[in-house]
Amino acid sequence: MEFLEEFPEMGRGDLRDFKKAIDAGFRSFSRAYGEGLESFFDPLLQFMIWLEKLLINSPWPLVLLVIGALAWLGSRSLVLVAGTIGCFLVIGFFGMWEDTMATLAIISVATIVCIGIGIPLGIWMAKSNRVQSIITPVLDIMQTIPSFVYLIPVVMLLGIGKVPGLIAVCIYAVPPIVRLTNLGIRLVDEEVLEAADAFGANYKQRLLGVQIPLALPNIFAGVNQTIMMALAMVVIASMIGVRGLGVPVLQAVSNQYLALGLMNGLAIVAIAIIFDRVSQKYGQRLQAYRRDISND
Amino acid sequence: MTERKIEIKSLYKVFGENPQRAMEYVHAGLSKQELLDKHAHVLGLRDINISIEEKKIQVIMGLSGSGKSTLIRHINRLIEPTAGEVLVDGVNVLGMSADDLREFRRHKASMVFQRFGLLPHRTVAQNVAYGLTVQGIDADEAGERSRKWIDRVGLSGFEGHFPAQLSGGMQQRVGLARALATDAEILLMDEAFSALDPLIRNDMQNILLDLQEELHKTIVFITHDLDEALRIGDAIAILRDGEVIQQGDPQSIIMRPADDYIADFLKDINRGRVLQVRSVMKKTARGSGPKICFNTPLEDAIQDIAASGKNSGTVIDAGGKTIGAISLDTAIAAMARPDTKADTQKYK
Repeated sequence: MEFLEEFPEMGRGDLRDFKKAIDAGFRSFSRAYGEGLESFFDPLLQFMIWLEKLLINSPWPLVLLVIGALAWLGSRSLVLVAGTIGCFLVIGFFGMWEDTMATLAIISVATIVCIGIGIPLGIWMAKSNRVQSIITPVLDIMQTIPSFVYLIPVVMLLGIGKVPGLIAVCIYAVPPIVRLTNLGIRLVDEEVLEAADAFGANYKQRLLGVQIPLALPNIFAGVNQTIMMALAMVVIASMIGVRGLGVPVLQAVSNQYLALGLMNGLAIVAIAIIFDRVSQKYGQRLQAYRRDISND
Repeated sequence: MTERKIEIKSLYKVFGENPQRAMEYVHAGLSKQELLDKHAHVLGLRDINISIEEKKIQVIMGLSGSGKSTLIRHINRLIEPTAGEVLVDGVNVLGMSADDLREFRRHKASMVFQRFGLLPHRTVAQNVAYGLTVQGIDADEAGERSRKWIDRVGLSGFEGHFPAQLSGGMQQRVGLARALATDAEILLMDEAFSALDPLIRNDMQNILLDLQEELHKTIVFITHDLDEALRIGDAIAILRDGEVIQQGDPQSIIMRPADDYIADFLKDINRGRVLQVRSVMKKTARGSGPKICFNTPLEDAIQDIAASGKNSGTVIDAGGKTIGAISLDTAIAAMARPDTKADTQKYK
């Protein structure tokens, strides 16, 4: 009867030893390779510091001008540009300019890293069903595992700072771009690919001339999602030493400052909406060729 | 004597997990249905042997599922065969290395697709120049060389349009111009006009026949439409369930269908327009009426003879030499459907 009431679990001592062994193993791994990894990520760190300083130290009107220009290039919509500039003016007026710049810096770097890793990975996945069947569950894990869980090994390895924060953001934000690149390439019309083959296109001509351009709307939806998810990680990243709008939110949580939390939270929302609308407009413009004469 | 441009020799294609093993069953004489039921393999093509003459239009005809699109894809090896040979100018396409095959596709054989296969993100001009840009020719020269073809298919003024902005017929003209722009000697057309409505299809057939008169390409044309096959084909091969059941000159197929299946196919054609005098004339006889060229359709010949008031005509060849005679009776008898007699008896 005892067997049915008590789950036959591993002995307490065994379990402790098991956990200890894993911890000790990882600790010795991080002692052996932590420094090496840190120096490997050093260029990335320098770039993040440089970008953050550039955004914070440049005269604010200049930064605003550049942001407005980027919004225009992306969307070709005066309404969106005006909305963008308005949002940033309000953010600055309420004293969140520096934190916003810091957040913009890490989001930009995280997006670049995610694109750099995610698109090639997505292309590789699209090329082989076996690769797809291996990577898909990994992406599932990355998206569902609680962020705090992977913060532990990252902090153990690299300590507290910008780089571990960036890694945490990227782990969470990279899956959509990988998935949508894969999907976009797999959805390219079979007959168009056959035509490319029939005219003797080699692998590169096929990929760069046909598959990627036709997958671009999907790839772009992936970039958009990646940016949104990176922004969602800002608060968690601030727990391990990333500057930005997450820091005041964290303070507000521990001290019950409603206004502070709300203001910084809304600033994150504003940035998210701006990124989203501008990148969506850009994505639509990429598909202009799909429209026929009648709606031109 | 015309040259054999493409020779397809005992070509087999089996789709499935283990085609090589399935081939043993096929050689042992299993039918397509048995192979599917017992071994879960699909016999796509069985022992195909077709010789395609240079500068002629070879039509391969069959209903859907007959394997015709699979067959044409073996010529430029978009599909790998399970067994057999495809010789183009005596070289086995199936033995080519990846590089040789790419060169072959770039310069020797170009293709037109049923659903056009155009690049939707490129303009008409860029699409027509596609084969040339793939060859590595720079954009300016490729544009220059493709302009002529855009003009030739009647798309001048649409160079900057995207495919989605064109009608189906216009899109297929782009497809045709793209295939012609590489100056390949072989043109593979996979149900190229099947997706178009009948009037446009007729237009496109005219464009193709006009072009062929001046370009003399070797064309392999896939269709499920018998009228189209008879209209443009210099030779026809009829495919059913992955096997060639009859091939040859369209006239001989109409006069001597190999089996009931083909006879059934031929039932609804306008025999008077398709059959030519040479197919029904008597070689030894001499006619009393007007001179009629050997390739005149029967309905025209009947008109000529009737107008002359005689009851037969003299058949001459292209050089004007007498080669036989045709009487009104034989001409009219040939125009009647072969099974008409049986039908009337049934209804008596």
